[in-house]
Amino acid sequence: MKTLFRLFQTTLFLAASFASTVANAALDIEISGGGAQQIPIAIVPFDQAAAASQDKIGDIIGADLRRSGLFRVLETGGVASRPTDVAQIKYAEWAALQAQAITVGSITSLPGNRLKVTFKLADVLKQTQLASMEYNIAPNQLRLTAHKIADVIYQKLTGEGPIFASRIAYINKSKGRYSLQVADADGVNPQTVVSSNEPIISPAWSPDGTKIAYVSFEKKKPIIFVQSLTTGQRLTLANFKGNNSAPSWSPDGSKLAIVLTHSDNSQLYAINADGTGLRQLTKSGAIDTEPNWSPDGKWIYFTSDRGGNPQIYKVSSIGGEAQRVTFQGGQNLSPHFSPDGKSLAMIRRDGGKFTVAVQDLSSGQVQVLSEGAQDESPSFAPNGRVILYATRTGGRGALAAVSSDGRVKQRLSESGGDIREPSWGPLLN
Amino acid sequence: MNKSILNKKLLASLLVAMALTACKSTPMVDKPADVQDKSPSATAPAQPAADANADTSGIKEVTIDSKAGNSPLNDPNNILSKRSIYFDFDKDTVKAEFRPVVEAHAKYLAEHGSAKVILQGNADERGTREYNLSLGQRRAVAVKKSLNLLSAQDKQIETVSFGEEKATPNCADETCHQANRRVDIVYETE
Repeated sequence: MKTLFRLFQTTLFLAASFASTVANAALDIEISGGGAQQIPIAIVPFDQAAAASQDKIGDIIGADLRRSGLFRVLETGGVASRPTDVAQIKYAEWAALQAQAITVGSITSLPGNRLKVTFKLADVLKQTQLASMEYNIAPNQLRLTAHKIADVIYQKLTGEGPIFASRIAYINKSKGRYSLQVADADGVNPQTVVSSNEPIISPAWSPDGTKIAYVSFEKKKPIIFVQSLTTGQRLTLANFKGNNSAPSWSPDGSKLAIVLTHSDNSQLYAINADGTGLRQLTKSGAIDTEPNWSPDGKWIYFTSDRGGNPQIYKVSSIGGEAQRVTFQGGQNLSPHFSPDGKSLAMIRRDGGKFTVAVQDLSSGQVQVLSEGAQDESPSFAPNGRVILYATRTGGRGALAAVSSDGRVKQRLSESGGDIREPSWGPLLN
Repeated sequence: MNKSILNKKLLASLLVAMALTACKSTPMVDKPADVQDKSPSATAPAQPAADANADTSGIKEVTIDSKAGNSPLNDPNNILSKRSIYFDFDKDTVKAEFRPVVEAHAKYLAEHGSAKVILQGNADERGTREYNLSLGQRRAVAVKKSLNLLSAQDKQIETVSFGEEKATPNCADETCHQANRRVDIVYETE
């Protein structure tokens, strides 16, 4: 297992004062009783003798589900039987464990160095099969397949969209070097995309997940690059006089909103993804920065101090008059849309603390989700259920995540590293 | 009553980790800097390596670049040697106490038409990186406008921002933050 990135002390705070966690779950498993908010699930270890990998597929699935805060993964060591298919499940054994759901599966060899992964999900109380999947994979796709299986379980039992088979990008500062890294959403398999002895900030995933735009100070000033994750090819997207920063992709991936200064203050521009077709979007005289393109493509939300202090505004993606969006809180910065376009994550400054907040765009209602005091860079998971952000502990940068309803929190850090500027990427195919 | 609002805490140690170096057959290790300190005296590091073997008992001559010393820009008694202008939190106002510094540099630029400066804006670490990049830029622009008003020409001045990227991290007090909120005046020949 190649992993540099360490997830530790993952602490899940589940507030018992909230109503049932699985209220809108599209599942056949009923949760009842006061404390039973997490779905108890038994993940029987897969028969994976055919796979050379040390990664235990059942462990990866269990860790994903546990991290969501919505599942209680049961200890299966005390049960003698090790079913690998639904027909072999002795339901009474698993009911005795208080399991409400059970997964079984196996890995077998296929010709041409391929593996077949089969997986079944069953309802223990009703003794019925809920899902059955089969994957034909290359051996190095084992972890990804485990995340996809965890997504199937999560979708079936909670009714939410998939989240685990995705990746995150972030900047790791270590020994004076800045590395833009990409890791699986569980923090495993970190890979360096680019590294430099000058700062790198503001990584932004292309909507198809094949490229990342970022700002590099390698030429002693901020310049925007777009880099292919598959070929490593780097395109200088914007290197105009002054600063070039804050890239945000349009939902169709054809354009980016960026910030340029020339020799004055930061203003918003749009530019084609190949670096052509520059067009100015705002003309304010104030600071306009941190653009974020709405999922419907029509709006660009951004931070501006045109009203005296930083607040969030919106402008049509073809430019025009800006309208103010946030009115509560001393400062509001770093707008970031949920995938469904219905809510906005942001950084709020109140009482000297910078915290993550989320605003419902139809009602205007705001909920503060983190404690601060130096939280930054919020971005939504592909299903909109979790917000990833940067925080600081013990003088170092770390990543943290909070469910969009504020119920589940986790912290992700790396020993010896200083991690910042996270961005959650799209789902992997 | 208290019990009903007690948070249920669940500690889960996720074990995803193991150092990269522990798993790869050819570990990628950061090369340590090539530091050699063979001389007991640390005052003569500038000699070429070939000379080091010649005569280690001799006194090494240190040459000071006299060109820099003669410039009013680097004369510690000249106000032109002051290169930093400091700002209040989230502000870009050039405060009265820094007017003499700005005026001196404007005068120098007006009198030396070929001289060029880069104004490097900076912010303290509080706030988002992109906003601080813009804030550092706005401070650089504020200094540029002051210089312009005092007859320095546009073509002599470039503004850039490092935002909070060059700030001293983990400031414990306001003095430390204050030091980070500044514009540095850097002459192009330097």
